[in-house]
Amino acid sequence: MSLIKKWGILAVLVAGVAGVTVQANADTLMSPPAGYFNKPAVIAGAKLFAEHCSACHAVGSLRYERLASDLGMPKASIVKDVMLPNGANYRMGMQPAMTQAEAKKWFGLPPPDLSHMVRALGARFIYTYLQSFYWDPNRPSGWNNHVFPKVAMPNVLQPWSGIVAKDGKVMQPGRVTPAVFHQRVADIVAFLRYASDPSVFVRHKLGPYVLGLLAAFSLIAYWLKKEYWKDVHDDSSKRKK
Amino acid sequence: MANFGDWLNKRFPLRELMREHLTEYFAPKNFNLLYYTGSLLLLMIVMQFITGFLLMAHYVPTSADAFNSVQGIMYDTRWGWLIRYMHVDGVSLIFVLLYLHIGRGMLYGSYRKPRELLWIVGYVIYILMMGEAFLGYVLPFGNLSYWAGQVITSIIQALPAVGPALAVLARGGSGVGTATLERFLALHAVLWFWIIAAAIFIHILALHQVGSNNPDGIEIKENKGPDGHPVDGIPFHPYYTVKDIFGVGVWLMIFAAVIFYAPTMHGVFLERTTFSPANPMVSLPDVTPPWYLAPFYAMLRAIPNKDGGIFLMILAVVLPFFLPWLDRSPVKSSRYRPVYRAMILLMAVTFFTLAWVGEQPPLPKYFLLERGGAAIYVGFYLLLPFISRWEPTRKVPERVTS
Repeated sequence: MSLIKKWGILAVLVAGVAGVTVQANADTLMSPPAGYFNKPAVIAGAKLFAEHCSACHAVGSLRYERLASDLGMPKASIVKDVMLPNGANYRMGMQPAMTQAEAKKWFGLPPPDLSHMVRALGARFIYTYLQSFYWDPNRPSGWNNHVFPKVAMPNVLQPWSGIVAKDGKVMQPGRVTPAVFHQRVADIVAFLRYASDPSVFVRHKLGPYVLGLLAAFSLIAYWLKKEYWKDVHDDSSKRKK
Repeated sequence: MANFGDWLNKRFPLRELMREHLTEYFAPKNFNLLYYTGSLLLLMIVMQFITGFLLMAHYVPTSADAFNSVQGIMYDTRWGWLIRYMHVDGVSLIFVLLYLHIGRGMLYGSYRKPRELLWIVGYVIYILMMGEAFLGYVLPFGNLSYWAGQVITSIIQALPAVGPALAVLARGGSGVGTATLERFLALHAVLWFWIIAAAIFIHILALHQVGSNNPDGIEIKENKGPDGHPVDGIPFHPYYTVKDIFGVGVWLMIFAAVIFYAPTMHGVFLERTTFSPANPMVSLPDVTPPWYLAPFYAMLRAIPNKDGGIFLMILAVVLPFFLPWLDRSPVKSSRYRPVYRAMILLMAVTFFTLAWVGEQPPLPKYFLLERGGAAIYVGFYLLLPFISRWEPTRKVPERVTS
């Protein structure tokens, strides 16, 4: 009992410290909608990514063929919807349409490879970043960003987002509703999250089996232990008498 | 079969070893949850050896390819992600177990006579583990690896006289690069690892010489029955072997839950800055150590002067060595020492608070926490000789309680 009490006190204290941690890290980033991360969303995101991001950004660690083996996308769809007509290789990593040299000439520095970007910056940051562009005539591209000031990237999602001023005033509405815009950005983030950790679906599929097997093992081990320890307890009760 | 056994035992003391260390090694029968940590640590270290071996088969220790070779393991190698997550998350879980194991020793006075050497060897293993973790941390050559390598080797550089030469030796040059990765890999996988393995061997031998302590802090060897065995002792095999197998099952469930559902533990077990390649041109806003080293880093920062901070950090690392002689109480276990028990609880909270604050950016608002935490940490050891002499103690029972 006293042991339980002791651990209880310690647990409360540790939880307190953890609580302070979470609170201290709370910021103004938006979260993608709950449950946004699933295979259909990742597939939709891959297509949107190919259409709007692949011109400049590589996802070099992820081979196109993984979209078939991990997500179940048909090869024909990958070739048609995701691979760009620039000699991309089905068995190799996802490459951008432009070369690094061109990119450097046009933007000053080459757009980064996005393979690990969600793990490096967090899904919430990317989700917020893609929706935080505003019109700024002082920037060479005409765009600036609330969460990534002076970023070199222009607002390539302008057809969806429209043009927004710094104070949030809509200068030109997007071609889709804000709800559709949020949904599409969430899909792109889902794809990038998968790309930064392609084992995720396998892990989540295997997890219950592994845990179940270990639980069964623990249960059998517990019965075995109880059986063996019977005589320890008998022994001590005999001695007490 | 019996003949083969005889043949073997004439040439190798297998039967004798089994008897001495398993079937006739008597352990107290009142072990609690905290006593699973020892066998689990052994299991985890063997697993690190196996997963480390498999990782090394795919790893390239050059500044140009190290990062990509690790990503190759994660993306393109069959079950590579499982092996790497086991190795990376294994480190954090080893330190969870180490802190529980060390905390248990402090709670029940397991460092007291006759277990001083056992405590010291164990503490040496802990320090060696911190070094091993740091060496491994640099290998994937993410940006955090690069800057952590720079910062730690610059601490070596601060040593008087020999510092600069030693830092060049550690890095294999004036900066962190391919030569650093090559020698860190050699150290991590060969020399340092085998020194730890040898120290663990000594730790277990020393334990079996003096016998295990227990939550009551009673020497079971002082109360032997007519058969010559301790009345409160039970043979390690089969009783604790079956009990530990159950512990292994439950622990592996925790381990698997981490690997399959939270392999980065939200950036605590696998930090975000390890996911961009090493880049000497992009310095990190703040280089923070992994959580298990953060308490010492917080104390390093508590004094805003490089030499002073390093002194405090080294003091914090060295003080626990003297614990067996700082404690003067006639009673071992904190179960019968209410004041000491409160001190240990305060120490545990302080340690995890320091771990948290060590992960925060170096802002003035944290100074108070860093300094207060450092004061409590050092104060615990400095005041113990005086407090332990006059603190009230409860009566220790003659037999272990269950």
